[in-house]
Amino acid sequence: MAELTERPFPPGDYPLVVVGSGPGGLQVSSALGGLGIRHALLSADEQPGGMFRRWPFFQRLLSWTKPYAPVARATRAYERYDWNSLIPESDEHRAVMVGLMDGTSYFPSRPEMQAGLEAFTSRTNLKVRFGCRWTGTSRLDDGRFILETTDGEYTAGTLVIAVGVAEPWRPTSPGMELAAHYADTQPVETYADKRIFIVGKQNSGFELASGMLPWAKRIIIASPSPARLSVNTHSLVGIRARYLQPYEDHVLGGGVAILDAGIERIEPGSPGDAPFRVVTRRSSDSVEMAFDVDAVIAATGFVAPLLDLPDLGVATFGQSRLPAQTPFWESATMPGVFFAGTIGQGSGGLKKHGIPSNSGAVQGARYNARVLARHIATTRFGVKLERPTLAPASVVEFLLDELTQGPELWHQRAYLGRVLSLDPDDGIRDEGILPLAWFVDAGGPDAVAATLETDGTGAVYPVIYLRRGGSVSEHALEAHPLLDYRTASARSALASILAPVLGGSSIPLASS
Amino acid sequence: MADQDQIADELAGFALFADLSTPQLEGIVHAFEEAWFQDGERVLRQGMTGSGLYLILDGQASIRVDGEERARLSRGEFFGEVSILLGEPPVADVVAVGTLRCLVLAGPAVEKFLHDHPALMYRMLQASARRLRNANRWRS
Repeated sequence: MAELTERPFPPGDYPLVVVGSGPGGLQVSSALGGLGIRHALLSADEQPGGMFRRWPFFQRLLSWTKPYAPVARATRAYERYDWNSLIPESDEHRAVMVGLMDGTSYFPSRPEMQAGLEAFTSRTNLKVRFGCRWTGTSRLDDGRFILETTDGEYTAGTLVIAVGVAEPWRPTSPGMELAAHYADTQPVETYADKRIFIVGKQNSGFELASGMLPWAKRIIIASPSPARLSVNTHSLVGIRARYLQPYEDHVLGGGVAILDAGIERIEPGSPGDAPFRVVTRRSSDSVEMAFDVDAVIAATGFVAPLLDLPDLGVATFGQSRLPAQTPFWESATMPGVFFAGTIGQGSGGLKKHGIPSNSGAVQGARYNARVLARHIATTRFGVKLERPTLAPASVVEFLLDELTQGPELWHQRAYLGRVLSLDPDDGIRDEGILPLAWFVDAGGPDAVAATLETDGTGAVYPVIYLRRGGSVSEHALEAHPLLDYRTASARSALASILAPVLGGSSIPLASS
Repeated sequence: MADQDQIADELAGFALFADLSTPQLEGIVHAFEEAWFQDGERVLRQGMTGSGLYLILDGQASIRVDGEERARLSRGEFFGEVSILLGEPPVADVVAVGTLRCLVLAGPAVEKFLHDHPALMYRMLQASARRLRNANRWRS
């Protein structure tokens, strides 16, 4: 009992409740703590880590932490090369993943990632009420929320939901219930000398196929549209290079077949021959094809487990049932409910050239969570943030430094921006990192936002958004092969872009 | 929330997709992404690069040039194709009127998509011709 009474955050009234102890919940709690916002952090799990306590199935991540990088470890710039460590409030806890990896790969293993999240939690002294499952939600007349949990009721004016996109989803084709979901994949030895049919051409399907290559007799991967490859999209959209081996086996005729076909139905097979028959219809010409196989796995994705929030008024969309969100990750239909972690993908941002943010991955979501914490602190708790002043002569160099080294702009391209306000009476102030969609659409006083963008050709280039007299203009700078934009031509280009807003000020621009 | 099979059924009822088979429609639904916009939210931004091709599943979209509404589109209609075909930023804002649900195809994927679906391309050309005719009527 003594142990029970020591659990933090007993049921009761809190200004804010965060639900979830994956990377999203931990990062937002850490940042809220740094801003002095009292809150409870609840988790159904017994340890931190969220989905990394279980997946990826083949136990190695897709996101890297490079032990040796062009910049020093434990610096902010190093975060560009370390996609997996959460961002602490003090420098001593930076880059926690580096010390926990065994050197066999720069992609951490799943247990290494879990250890990293546990280490971040203990080293930064984050408090979590584990074993406390959120079970339902309602609202009081005064607008506050009631969270029902397995430990009792919590009331709070503000909620941050960070429960991942973690509930297995499968399409409704007849017989799809006969397929195992990715989440229920068996130990790989189970598939020795078997014919495997994988539904879905996302990374999860190709991850399974890659892991099964040494075991399965035949692998068929099918979905209606062609596989997209990250090496072709020049982005994180599509199947990552690590999982391309099945694709090559398909092209070279190695016992893997990749089909563009819809699943008509799955039915029991003939006894003694094959347990399952999968009937497909080819997308290009509607030809029906049937496959007798030993196992069917639906690598068809996950949905956000929002419990009763949609009934309460939280609008959702898309196959992943993501909540529709504002640029600051607040429910578009239920103010006061915010989202962190992978659910933040529902705040799509500008999606320029069709390239999404990295909000579905740790390296993107960790920055969203920090921006969210600042937004909540200022808008709901009256916190005044520090807004450092910049001399006009230092603006060009400051922005080019951020564009060259700032990790937020690198990981969340065309999604987060470094914003400077340009008030003639108040001077030039660093407003920090903010959502670009908000900057572009919300209007407001004169300001500049700097971000990095890519257009699908492989080039990465800075883009400056200038808000002047209420309207926003867009100005791209040249790409640079080493991604170092601190060049004479970039200085000159940026200075001329900023001239209309800085040129008339009493202090001259940086000389270029 | 609709799953992809339901969306494929919805598309089957739109003129743009009238010539496509069900498996082709399923392929299209997989290639597009679903997006949701709240009332007043900008979908396309006048003068800003990097747009996509949008198809309205539910709701209405207002086409606004310099803040003035020029047209309103609704379920089954599409927008964003002009800037992609010309490789130029949109010449209008497109703004959600009420809740707007769309399918989106990224700009860089549109050319291949149209080449892969010539019957759809023809239907799109017809729709564009109609818009051009109406615009000319409006001018005269």
